[in-house]
Amino acid sequence: MNLNLILLIALLLAAFWTVLTIRLVRSVVGLALTSAILSVIMFRLGSPLAAVFELSVCSGLISVIFVTTISFTSRVSKERLTVRRRERFVKFWYLPVILIAAGLALMHLSRPPVFKFPVASVTQDAQSVLWNLRHLDLLGQVVVLLAGAFGVVILFKEKKDER
Amino acid sequence: MSVEPLQLFWYFGIFIILISICGAYCILATFNLIRALIGFEILVKAATLLIILAGYLTGNQALAQALVITLIVIEVVMMVVSGGIVLWLYRYNQTIDTRKLSNLKG
Amino acid sequence: MPSWFILVPFACILILNLAPKTWMSRFAFWLAAALACAQLILAAGNQAILQGVVDPLAKFFNFSLAIDGLSRLMLISIAIVVFAALLAGRYTIATAAKRFNFTNLVLIALIGMNAVVMSTDIFSLYVFVETSAISLFILIAANKDKSALEGAFKYFILSAIATVFILFSIALFVLLSGGTSFSLIRAALAGQGGAFLARLAMLLFLCGIFIKSGLVPFHGWLPDAYSSAATPVSILLAGIVTKVTGAYVLMRLVTQVFVLDARTQNLLMFVGALSIIVGAYGALGQREFKRMLAYSSISQVGYIVLALGCGTPLAFAGAAFHLFNHAIFKSLLFVNACCIEKETGTLDIEKMSGLSQRMPVTAASSLVASLSTAGLPPLAGFWSKFIIILALMQAGKNTYAITALLASALTLGYFLILQRKVFFSKPGEGVSGVKEAGTGLVLLELSLTLVTIGVGIAFPWVYNYLILPIL
Repeated sequence: MNLNLILLIALLLAAFWTVLTIRLVRSVVGLALTSAILSVIMFRLGSPLAAVFELSVCSGLISVIFVTTISFTSRVSKERLTVRRRERFVKFWYLPVILIAAGLALMHLSRPPVFKFPVASVTQDAQSVLWNLRHLDLLGQVVVLLAGAFGVVILFKEKKDER
Repeated sequence: MSVEPLQLFWYFGIFIILISICGAYCILATFNLIRALIGFEILVKAATLLIILAGYLTGNQALAQALVITLIVIEVVMMVVSGGIVLWLYRYNQTIDTRKLSNLKG
Repeated sequence: MPSWFILVPFACILILNLAPKTWMSRFAFWLAAALACAQLILAAGNQAILQGVVDPLAKFFNFSLAIDGLSRLMLISIAIVVFAALLAGRYTIATAAKRFNFTNLVLIALIGMNAVVMSTDIFSLYVFVETSAISLFILIAANKDKSALEGAFKYFILSAIATVFILFSIALFVLLSGGTSFSLIRAALAGQGGAFLARLAMLLFLCGIFIKSGLVPFHGWLPDAYSSAATPVSILLAGIVTKVTGAYVLMRLVTQVFVLDARTQNLLMFVGALSIIVGAYGALGQREFKRMLAYSSISQVGYIVLALGCGTPLAFAGAAFHLFNHAIFKSLLFVNACCIEKETGTLDIEKMSGLSQRMPVTAASSLVASLSTAGLPPLAGFWSKFIIILALMQAGKNTYAITALLASALTLGYFLILQRKVFFSKPGEGVSGVKEAGTGLVLLELSLTLVTIGVGIAFPWVYNYLILPIL
């Protein structure tokens, strides 16, 4: 339990850092770090396959995509950055206030509602579920990848006569 | 786990809510399109954690993993497509600041 | 049988892309159009074929699909709108390469929507909703002009937020029921309908679907996306994609999976009525043709949701029928926009006048579609609105019924103003060189008009054949 708590707090801190840091590339690094911590938590919750997938795809592929996009769009100068940061914080001052208020309200709830969770009678392993039971999802993944391929062809190809 | 499932659920639940608020704040409080995408990514991570937690608590980890894997594939394709859109927006406007992109009105 | 609706288009896409490009570019449109026609004939045909035929693929693939009355109606609507969009695209899009990409993406959207209407599993539903949405983002942005990219991005980010809501609710459903199929979730929710987590999960899902269907107050993306996309894409987007990924999902889940208690009903009716009013007012002040149609769409989806919130079987039938009618008359209006844009080069209402002398077929079909939207007898739109208002009065919700009626009058008002300005006034200087649109588009307009009139006149037959099986 303690380890889970530490991991969760680390996840939260990584998410905070991703949101609050100024430079975009650092934000992307923070996102990769968040993915890594999330994948460790998933591993501890008994989902090794998903954890590996999350680590390799989200920490890897998505960060690469973001860095590619960022490198094609130019960076803003330092001075405008600091002004924007101040503006940004001032604009949404009510958000932390709501957060604190919600926390206080939750603490005053008499006790959290109780439920029973249904427990699966048959334990299966992930491979058999994915490959045998959820064919429709697999087809969906293939179709989505096909759509993504078209997207890449249409959106990333720059022809001279199109601009 | 020495802690009963319900307590575990509430512990994780509070963190999931906090992370979602982080992600939502990122989308709302930014003028940079790419940061909005990063905020969306954080929200999806919170949802992923909730799915895996649900799988763990009901003993149905296999189903949860299958869902998460499909979800991650969809997420990647969404990021690729939106990255393409942002790239073209930059090429046309030389900026990805939402305050300066206001072609559509009304 | 259900899986054929998904696998055959999928096989077509593979054939189109794996074969040599030179043959396929010319062949692509005809193949896709043939697919849409085949789907229309199959879905509208004998019901026994849909459910009775033994599926030879069932041994290999374990798809959780089922076709019932509502799915059948949706399959027919999808086929009609996809055919209209393909035909409009053929005559409007400039280069062959772009047409090829357009056809492929429309086929992907077709696969996505077919799977959504036949799915019996909430996560598969979500996967295919995303598939259709992604193909639409690409289609809107493929235009690559400034406003199209912004419209696509707005649609993307709001759709992404809706996705996150839906994912949270799916996770909570897994927690409550241990699975994702409709029957499991229904059983779990019926057991603990009032529990906090169940309510929260349903509310989150509803919020996500409201955003995706463009209901007020989440409609911010809709006018921009509809008006900035290329017009064939707008036909697809307005005619069917927003309806399938939004209104249909709402109909399926609210009546068959969720617990429809008084609170949910009130929420749905309130959101529906609000959308009707905001859509109708929003359409009044618009200058651009497609933006006006977009606000009108918001209004019509409001009718569907209002009827859904009413809760009685008659109201549900009215909602489904209105969805079908909306697919047809909205596509017809957008096809008219396509013709106008092609011939006059602009969609600004102020610049057009007196087009009826130059483009008689477009003017006539536009008039029929507008009157159907407003609900004039004996056109199709009249019957669906009549059923909705009747159901509302039967259930005792008189204020909502009167609101719907008044908004109908408002709809009639702004459409007649539009018709007068664009078509039936004196021809101005801007329209001197304009002639009627090409044969293909004219035939498309005529056929859609005939369907609208035909469904209206042959209403009793349509009611028995298409609507009653839904209940």
